[in-house]
This record gives sequence, structure tokens and C-alpha cells, in this order.
Amino acid sequence: MACTQAQLVSGSANPGRTRSVGLWGHTVYTDANMRAEPGIESSPRGPGCSLRHFACEQNLLSRPDGSASFLQGDTSVLAGVYGPAEVKVSKEIFNKATLEVILRPKIGLPGVAEKSRERLIRNTCEAVVLGALHPRTSITVVLQVISDAGSLLACCLNAACMALVDTGVPMRALFCGVTCALDSDGTLVLDPTAKQEKEARAVLTFALDSVEQKLLMSTTKGLYSNAELQQCLAAAQAASQHVFRFYRESLQRRYSKS
Amino acid sequence: MAAGFKTVEPLEYYRRFLKENCRPDGRELGEFRPTTVNIGSISTADGSALVKLGNTTVICGVKAEFAAPPADAPDKGFVVPNVDLPPLCSSRFRSGPPGEEAQVASQFIADVIENSQIIQKEDLCISPGKLAWVLYCDLICLDYDGNILDACTFALLAALKNVQLPEVTINEETALAEVNLKKKSYLNVRTHPVATSFAVFDDTLLIVDPAGEEEHLATGTLTIVMDDEGKLCCLHKPGGSGLTGAKLQDCMSRAVTRHKEVKKLMDEVIKSMKPK
Repeated sequence: MACTQAQLVSGSANPGRTRSVGLWGHTVYTDANMRAEPGIESSPRGPGCSLRHFACEQNLLSRPDGSASFLQGDTSVLAGVYGPAEVKVSKEIFNKATLEVILRPKIGLPGVAEKSRERLIRNTCEAVVLGALHPRTSITVVLQVISDAGSLLACCLNAACMALVDTGVPMRALFCGVTCALDSDGTLVLDPTAKQEKEARAVLTFALDSVEQKLLMSTTKGLYSNAELQQCLAAAQAASQHVFRFYRESLQRRYSKS
Repeated sequence: MAAGFKTVEPLEYYRRFLKENCRPDGRELGEFRPTTVNIGSISTADGSALVKLGNTTVICGVKAEFAAPPADAPDKGFVVPNVDLPPLCSSRFRSGPPGEEAQVASQFIADVIENSQIIQKEDLCISPGKLAWVLYCDLICLDYDGNILDACTFALLAALKNVQLPEVTINEETALAEVNLKKKSYLNVRTHPVATSFAVFDDTLLIVDPAGEEEHLATGTLTIVMDDEGKLCCLHKPGGSGLTGAKLQDCMSRAVTRHKEVKKLMDEVIKSMKPK
């Protein structure tokens, strides 16, 4: 089983941290603490465009046609994709593939909030997947939340994208999810942690495509002004470049090995 | 002949209209369907409103009941919205548990209530830690012809403005609540969130207030919820074609004008209701 992994320590993160590949291809971190000790202001992010460190592992499950695990800070989501596979006659679309997304929370049964998120992820995937090449088939994306430490929807989107790439589903572009949080005095924080999300005045999640950084999906919580929205969107577009560079490098590394 | 073409090639049929900058029902690209609102039609509910956006009809009924406030927020009440899309409104819905569309709409309305702070939950508290109001807002679609989110938001707003809660006092000796039905007061609705929905066509064209068929043909949708001060409560874009920043700005300006239109309509209706 070709288990590859790639990591990127984005720009301003802690330069002292190193990563290596474990015996079974799992990620080994040499320093365990993601965050600085409480009380000390220094955090692994610098000012400006700063995301938490992220890691991705592909092809780790044997049953699904493609799978990926995406890690953003402490938030981790596992995605598996089945498809293009047979579809129930009631659900088939004559000229496109039917996309389905199932999101399972870490604890409890899926509820209305999960349904809403599934719809967001599904519509985002439908915009990029070339469904017309596989009519009357179904492509199912199953997402399992492993741990939630903020920016969950963005992590789900990234995991879904990597899993779709691993499956080999034809897509017109890649997409990535970026979360911004605005706190009470208007400061922007990218990729917020759970604590920052709770204290923020507004949390905005965007899905951007890789070709022109157009806005594919957006969902927001809280009150904010139009100017703040533009600011967040611009910051998200800049951050998405990092994520796309990471996708590219991780895939290059994977395919150059084999 | 046109009907035949429409059945066989609905997208091409529609594109012919869009090229002339209009739509099959005669509207401009930025024009809303005629909106009508009727308040207070359900006498058994504490507040109600019926909104018609062209053919799309949504009725909202608000019932107030008692509940014990949660332990972690003893001075807050509840607002519980529920959107129901019964088989009556469209052939695509079956009877049974709520489908995905209804759940997404319910979640959307819950988010709008939460984000816009339309009602201060503290206003719903009667006795901290013991008794609070819970407002069950039931939105039922009677006719589905596209743009359900705008209609639901408007219906909710109108119904909440219509809600009258009786005065409740806690009897010290019996510790029971005494409801004085003769003395009723209106809810303090702090802001007016108004939703404006757009549909994206062929990745480039944006049209406002999509009808049922237009929604079906669209490649993406976008809903903007704006409140009184021009602040955004919700930017709901569930996937679909990408939008650039400039297109988003156009939508914002349209949303601002729509907010003014809806607010004017609301004020007119409330004014006409007052002498009762």
C-alpha cells in the first residue's frame, strides 16, 4: 500500500519543529506542542497570512477508491471516496454523476447542522467535479471528523479535495477551504482555533478554487460589514495560495517516489 | 412551438431570454417578483404572517410556550424555528421525515436568528433560572416556486413583529405562573434581517429572485442577509460556480436596495394593523 505523506510548515510557523515518516507511514512530530504554553503570547503564527501547520496523508484506507486524511493544527478529518460507482435508479441523473456527501460528527448522531454542511460540501464538489464524464454513476464522499479544534468545515473541504484527487475523479479545478475569524475590534485571524472561534464576533468560511481563486462556497456566522467581508475574502485568497502550493508539492512528492 | 422547444432544450430556451436581458416571466434580471404580506391571519397562533413572493407562498406561525431555561444560560429563552416543505407545495417533496432541503432551510433560518440577534434572548426570560418563553416558529411552504429562503426570512420577520406575549407573573406563594391574557405586549424586534437570493447562470450571469424553473437551471445560488445598518448576517453560498469579488459587490448593492424595499413594505403593513 503506497502510503505517502507530505507536510508543509507554512511561512511563519515554528522553525524548530521537524517531521519525519514513521515506520508505517504515520506522521511523527518531534515536538508535541502545537501551541505555545498558555500565558505566553508567542504563537506559531506570525502576523498577516498565517495558517496553522497542516499535513495530509493519502491512500490510507484499503476499501474506498480513494482516501485522504487532512490535519490542520489539531483539527483532523478523514475522507473516503467511492466512485464512480453504481447509482440507484431513483437518484440517477441522465447526463451527470450524482454526488453524495456524508459527514459524520465525532460524537453523536448526524443532525440538521451536519445535513447543512453536507449540502455545502456537496455543492462545492459538484462545481469542480466533471460529472458529465461519468453519467448515471454515483460518487460518494464520506467524511469522518477525527478531532475538532476549530476551522472544521475548511478542514473537511480540504480532506474531500485530496480524497477526490486520490480517487482520480476528473475535476476542472482543485478547491480549498479557509476560515477567517473577526474578533470584536475587527482583527482578522486566519484558521482560528476552537477558542478563537468561540470568542470571535464573526466566523467566515470560504471555499476557493485553484484556477482563479473565485469564491465557490461561503458560509458565515455572526455580524460583519461589507468592508470586512472584502478584507476577509482577500486574506482568504492569499492563504489559499499556500494551500494549493501544499497540494501540488504533496502530490509531486507522492508521484515522484513511485 | 415555443412550448416544445422549452421542453426539449430548457437551458437554450432560457438563454435566448437572457441574451435580451430579460426572463420568461417578463422581469428584468434585477427585478423581484411582486411581494405581498399578510399579518395576523392565524388567530390561534401568538403571531403569524403569510408572505407571497410571486407564486412562492410561505406561512409562519409563532407559538409561545413555557420552558425552563438551560442551566448554562439561566436568563435566556429559546427561539426554535422549523421549516416544513410538505408534498403540497411541490411534487419533488415526499411525505415523511424532513428532506434535505427542509433541513437546510431550517438550519439557515436558525443561523439568521442567531447571527442577526433579531430578538434578545434575555427578553424572553420571565424568571431567571425558573421560567422562560420558548417561541416555536413554524414556517410552512404552501407553494414552492423558487427562492424559498427569502420568503421564509420575510415571513419570520413579519410574524415576530406580530407576536404579542401576555404578561406573566410568578405567584410567590404557590410558585406558579399566572398569565394575564388581557395585558399583552409586542416583542422587541431589534433589527430587520432581509434576505436577497441570486442565481448564477453559466458562471457569469447573476439574476435576482430565481423562480422554480430558474433555480433548476442555475449553476449556483447565493443568498445575502442584511440587517438595518448594512451589516451582513449571513452570506450563504452553497457551492456552485465561482464568483469574483466584483460580482459579489454588485450583489451587495442589490441587497441594500432590497432591504429598503422590504422594510418599507413591513412598516406599511404594521402601520395598517395598529388601530385594532
